[in-house]
Amino acid sequence: MNISYTSREQIEVHRFSLPAGILIPLVALFLQAFLPLRFHFFEIFDLPLLVTIFLAVSRRNPVTGLLTGSVIGLLQDSLTHQPIGIYGIAKTVVGYGASSLGVKLDVENSGSRFLLVYGFYMVHEVIYLVVARGMVGQNLAWRWGHMAFAAFANAVLAIPLFMILDRFKQRG
Amino acid sequence: MENLLARHRNVTILVVVLFAEIVGLAVQVKRTADTDSTRLIRVWTITAVTPVERGFVAVQQGISNAWHNYFYLRGVRAQNRQLQDEIEQLRLQQVRLSEDAGQARRLQRLLGFKEQFIAKTLAAQVVGSSGSDMSRVVYIDKGEGDGIRQDMAVITADGVVGKILRVFPTSSQVLLINDPSSGVGVILEKSRLQGVIKGTPNGQVVLEKMMSDERVEPGDQLLTSGGDQIFPKGLPIGTVKSVSAGNDVFLKIRIKPAAELDQLEEVLVITQVVERQPTAEETQTTMRAVDILASRLPSVPEHTGMPATGIPLPVGMKPPSAIPKEIKNGKEVKPGTKPVVPGAAQTGMAPKPRPKPSQAQVTGDAARIAPKAVNGALPGVGSTPAARTGSTGLPAGTVARKPRSSKPAAGATEAGIVKTKGQAPPVPDAAEPGGGAAGSPVPTPKATAPAKPPASVEPNSPNSPPAEGPQP
Repeated sequence: MNISYTSREQIEVHRFSLPAGILIPLVALFLQAFLPLRFHFFEIFDLPLLVTIFLAVSRRNPVTGLLTGSVIGLLQDSLTHQPIGIYGIAKTVVGYGASSLGVKLDVENSGSRFLLVYGFYMVHEVIYLVVARGMVGQNLAWRWGHMAFAAFANAVLAIPLFMILDRFKQRG
Repeated sequence: MENLLARHRNVTILVVVLFAEIVGLAVQVKRTADTDSTRLIRVWTITAVTPVERGFVAVQQGISNAWHNYFYLRGVRAQNRQLQDEIEQLRLQQVRLSEDAGQARRLQRLLGFKEQFIAKTLAAQVVGSSGSDMSRVVYIDKGEGDGIRQDMAVITADGVVGKILRVFPTSSQVLLINDPSSGVGVILEKSRLQGVIKGTPNGQVVLEKMMSDERVEPGDQLLTSGGDQIFPKGLPIGTVKSVSAGNDVFLKIRIKPAAELDQLEEVLVITQVVERQPTAEETQTTMRAVDILASRLPSVPEHTGMPATGIPLPVGMKPPSAIPKEIKNGKEVKPGTKPVVPGAAQTGMAPKPRPKPSQAQVTGDAARIAPKAVNGALPGVGSTPAARTGSTGLPAGTVARKPRSSKPAAGATEAGIVKTKGQAPPVPDAAEPGGGAAGSPVPTPKATAPAKPPASVEPNSPNSPPAEGPQP
């Protein structure tokens, strides 16, 4: 496990080309909507969340991170039948948190990515549940075991996925 | 103040964005009836995602079809044989059920009941899902332009899937029955208890509001009750998986949905349901209650109607001895030596022998008009297509003969079919339209009823199922 504090000068800020910046979230949304139909177990993954975290920690800009999270979350909301904004709020917070953390931590190695995704998945789910129960009035149960397992599964998936997405990075 | 905002620019933007989202969410929650407040963003997203999904589905199906239809044909013969056997069994069952359905329809007509018939369905491909286990919805590739409207029922051949929640120009959103926000009125097939099934957050289906003193057992079948005005009555919805005592006075009943909600590929949208009384053609004859009761009175068993098995033949079927012998070239042709196509006797046509006469003769025509769900019209709920050809369940074109008792007829059907294997099929009895049995002390309903031509399926009728092959 190699999580180290780094100075701002040492931190490498990355950019993404416009097509990549648009297509990566869209492909993630598409796969999230399509794959669970064929592979039911895929429902446990949250590809838009993983992409949000990846883009946020790579860009290392909190404003960009939160806006990216907000847009991806709202788009994900629009695929559901729920009121639009629940995923939006959760991913906005995650985008902001991930980019803020990316400024302070070296998140290039697999161990730190695993922990980062695990932690932010839990944060995301907690915010979702709070908003869904508190604001929308949904009768959702706290399933901590399921949440922990899903966080683990997403963290495992994040490692190879981030490696693939690293190829789209451009030096800022 | 400006300094403060500039110093905490990121946090300020975060708060502003979150505030905007919360306000937007609150507005939507308040306007629960207005589903169009967020329509634009939904349409954009669906329009962006659905075409790609359609493309993927098409490619996937193409590859799958090529593989299964041209390359991977191992075990197809064995499977074909097995399916043929299954079809035989189902045909037997169909004849038996159509008997009951015909009788039920006659009674409904007498009582002035109105039935719901599924008049039109539209086949659709499932192309996407919400991708979230918090929202159990799927998307189909048919939308407003195809005649889909909100709240239409969505089914498969196995059972109920859900209902149309939102309609977009070229796609629609279907709310599955295992979503927590869905609810379907159901009735237990055996005990006729009514309840409501709902989804749970973990994707299960439960039957709610069933008192703990009610008798519900695992394996009980559930049908739609029709009370929700969305799903027509009588559609299979699932079976009771487990029953346990709940925390309060209600039972905790888990349901196994009849439709495979996790593996949906193609669905049917019920686009038109008509409500009407069974017509005279469906009941075949205008009957009175007294006629039906009269047919149930005990009487001397009719010798001619009893096959060698001792079980009466089903309605409309005659024992081999009672079947009029066909005269061909001045010679008597024994029934059974050559299969006769039902209806051909009237025209005097000499039919060609069929490869499997035993099945085709008795139930063949009834099976030929069997619904092909994917193609369009489904039969009326709680009825079989064969029932619509007449109350007998026999091929259209066969004049029915009233049984002495309705009870043994079901069992007799099988016996009759076994008997007819390799023998002549029931031949239309044009000379005896009333079908009154000779020597019967109680006049049968048919004897009192006016002679009517045999009912047939109207191809253009809204309730007529799509036919395969020539119509009788």
